[in-house]
Amino acid sequence: MMPTLTTANSKSVLTGAHFLDGDQAACEGALAAGANFAAGYPITPSTEIVERFASRIPTVGGIFLQMEDELASSIAVVGAAWGGAKVFTVTSGPGFSLMMEHLGYAAMTETPLVLVDVQRGGPSTGLPTLPGQADMMQARWGSHGDYEVIALCPNSPQECFDLMIDAFNLAEEYRTPVLMMMDESVGHMTEKVVIPPAEEIKILPRRYTSLPPSEYLPFRPGADGIPEMVKAGDGYRIHVTGLTHDEQGYPAMNWQAQRKLVGRLVKKIRDNADRITRWEEHQVDDAEVVMVAYGITSRVAKRAIQLARAEGLRAGLLRPVVVWPFPEKRVRELAGRVHSFLVVEMNYGQMFYEVERCAGGRARTELLGHGGGMVHEPEEILQALREAAK
Amino acid sequence: MSTLPMVNPVEPFLRTDRMPHIWCPGCGIGTTVNCFARALVESKLPLDKVALVSGIGCTGRVAGYVRLDSFHTTHGRAIPFATGLKLSNPNLNVVVYSGDGDLIAIGGNHFIHAARRNVDITVICVNNFIYGMTGGQTAPTTPIGATATTSPYGCFERPFNLPFLAESSGAVYVARWTAFHVRHIAHSMVEAIHKKGFSFIEILAPCPTLYQRRNKMGDGLETMHFYKQHSVIKNGARTREVDINLQGEIVVGKFVDIERPTLQQTMDQQLRQTLREQYAGPGGV
Repeated sequence: MMPTLTTANSKSVLTGAHFLDGDQAACEGALAAGANFAAGYPITPSTEIVERFASRIPTVGGIFLQMEDELASSIAVVGAAWGGAKVFTVTSGPGFSLMMEHLGYAAMTETPLVLVDVQRGGPSTGLPTLPGQADMMQARWGSHGDYEVIALCPNSPQECFDLMIDAFNLAEEYRTPVLMMMDESVGHMTEKVVIPPAEEIKILPRRYTSLPPSEYLPFRPGADGIPEMVKAGDGYRIHVTGLTHDEQGYPAMNWQAQRKLVGRLVKKIRDNADRITRWEEHQVDDAEVVMVAYGITSRVAKRAIQLARAEGLRAGLLRPVVVWPFPEKRVRELAGRVHSFLVVEMNYGQMFYEVERCAGGRARTELLGHGGGMVHEPEEILQALREAAK
Repeated sequence: MSTLPMVNPVEPFLRTDRMPHIWCPGCGIGTTVNCFARALVESKLPLDKVALVSGIGCTGRVAGYVRLDSFHTTHGRAIPFATGLKLSNPNLNVVVYSGDGDLIAIGGNHFIHAARRNVDITVICVNNFIYGMTGGQTAPTTPIGATATTSPYGCFERPFNLPFLAESSGAVYVARWTAFHVRHIAHSMVEAIHKKGFSFIEILAPCPTLYQRRNKMGDGLETMHFYKQHSVIKNGARTREVDINLQGEIVVGKFVDIERPTLQQTMDQQLRQTLREQYAGPGGV
C-alpha cells in the first residue's frame, strides 16, 4: 500500500528566496526531501553539492561521508538505505561510469536512492569544468543487464531544487534508483531559487510493510508490482542479493525466476511511464519545426524560437523534464502533424535516436549536436531550424 | 540405542531451507560458519540486531545461509556497504564475511580505508589462497611457488600478509586462525564482535578442489593435519613477521587488541566540539 504523503521537516528546509547555483539548490532539494545520508567522492563539477551537504547536514541530523572512491560512495548509500536512511550520491563523468555497477545493484535489489550526475564533457577525463550532455544514454543503459530507470533533467537552479524532491519521491514510490541528470552549466549557474515553507513540500515516506515477519516476503510485489520494504534490525531477517532471486529474496538460478523478477523490474516502470514522464512545451501548437532539448540547451532553444518566429519560421520546443521514461507518446502525436523535429543536445546524438524512433519516419528528425564544452549559440540553432523547415 | 539430539545446535542460525549449500566437500568455509553460529550464541547479542554483509565468491555466499539480516552485495564492496549500513543504523552489529580475493584484491582499497577510519564493524576473511568460485585463479594471497590456473608455472608475486596490512591500516583487533582452530575462531569472533572499532579475523581454510589438489597438498582432512602440524600459536606476535609460505610455519593467534575511538565517536566529537548546540547528531534510526 502506498503510504500517505507527509510534509517536509521544517528543520531541513531553508524556506525563503535565495541566490543559489544549481549544485547548491540540488543539495537544498535533497535536504528538503529528507535525505539524511550521503556519501560522495570529489569530482568537478558536482562537488559543491556534497560540500554543502557536509556543511548543512550536521545541523539538520544525518551523516555525510566522503568515501575513498565512487565505487564505495555508490554502495555505501545502498547500505545506508537498507539501514533506514534516505540517501543520495553525487558525481560526474568518470565517477558516473564507476557507479554503474551499483546502479544495477540498486535496481535489482529495489533500493530507493537518488544519483546525481552533473554532466561534463567526455569521454574519459574529457572537460572537467565544461558542460556536456553525453551521459543520457548511459543513464538509461549504463549498467549491464535489463532494467528501467527514472531520470530527471533540470534546466535551472530552481528546478534543481524542485526536481530533487520529485526524484526522492519517485525513488520511494517505485523503489528504484532515480537519476538527476544535470549539466555543468545548470550546476554552476546562479539564479533566484524560492524554497517554499516545509508544510508545502510533499514527501512520500518509505513503503515499509505493516506485515509481521511471519507473513512478510521481501520481494513479493503488491498489486502495483512494487514490494514493501523493511530495514535491517527490525526482526525480519531478510536476505538481499544482486543474484536473480525469488520473492523471499533467495537466489534462484533459472530462467523462470529471471523472467519473473527482471520482467517485473522493467514493468513496474514501463506500466507507469505515463504517470512518471513529464515535459514542458513552448509554442508547439502551431509549430512546423519542434525542437527537442533539455537541460541548459532547452534555454538556448527558447531564444532560438524568438529569433525564428521573428522571421516567420514557426518553431516550438518540447522539453523533457523527465527524460527516462521518455515522453514517447507525445512525440508520436506530434510526429503526425509537424514538418520536422530538431534535436539540440550537447552530444553527437543520444536523445536524437529516441526522438527519431518515436517519430517513426512520419516527421523528419534532425540533430544539432556537438561534443560539449560550450552551450549552443542561438544563431546556430536558428540556422538549423531554417534547414529543418525546408 | 541412546537418543541423539535431532537438531544441530547451529541450525537456528542457518537458513536451513537453503540447504544443501554450494560448498565442496572438505571446504573450510562451512567450518567457519559453524564457529560463527557458536560465537553468536556465546556473544549473547540479540540476533535481530546482527547484520551480515558479504561480497562475491565462495565465502560471499555466507550471507545467503545465515538466518540474519544478510546482504550479498557486489564484488569487493561488502565493506563500504557495511559502512553505510552501520552508520545509518548504529544499533546494528555489522559483520562482513567474505573471501581473500573479494576483500583484499578487488576490495582492497575499501579494506584499508575502513581500517583507517576505524568503522565499528567486524571483518571475517576466509583465506583459501585462491579464487574458488571462478575456478582456481591467482589471488593476492597465493603463496610464491603455488600454482593456480592463471599461475600455471607457479605464482611469482609476493602475497599480502593480511594481519600486517590490517594492523598498519588501523585495525584495533587482529587475529588469525586456521579452520583447524575451531574453538579459537569462535572465541576470537566473540571478542571481535564486541570490540568497538574495525576488528579483523583471518581464517585460513582449505579449498581442496582447487588449491590443495592443484598443489598436491591432499584433501580437506590432510589439510587439517597440515594446519595442526604447521601452526604455531603466538598471541601478540609482531604482524610484520607473520608472512605465510607455501609449506612453512603458520603463525596464528590474536596479534592486536588495542583501543582507538571509532569513526562514529570521532565524527560525533569533532562535530559537537565545533558546532556546539547547533549539532543535531548523526540522525539514525
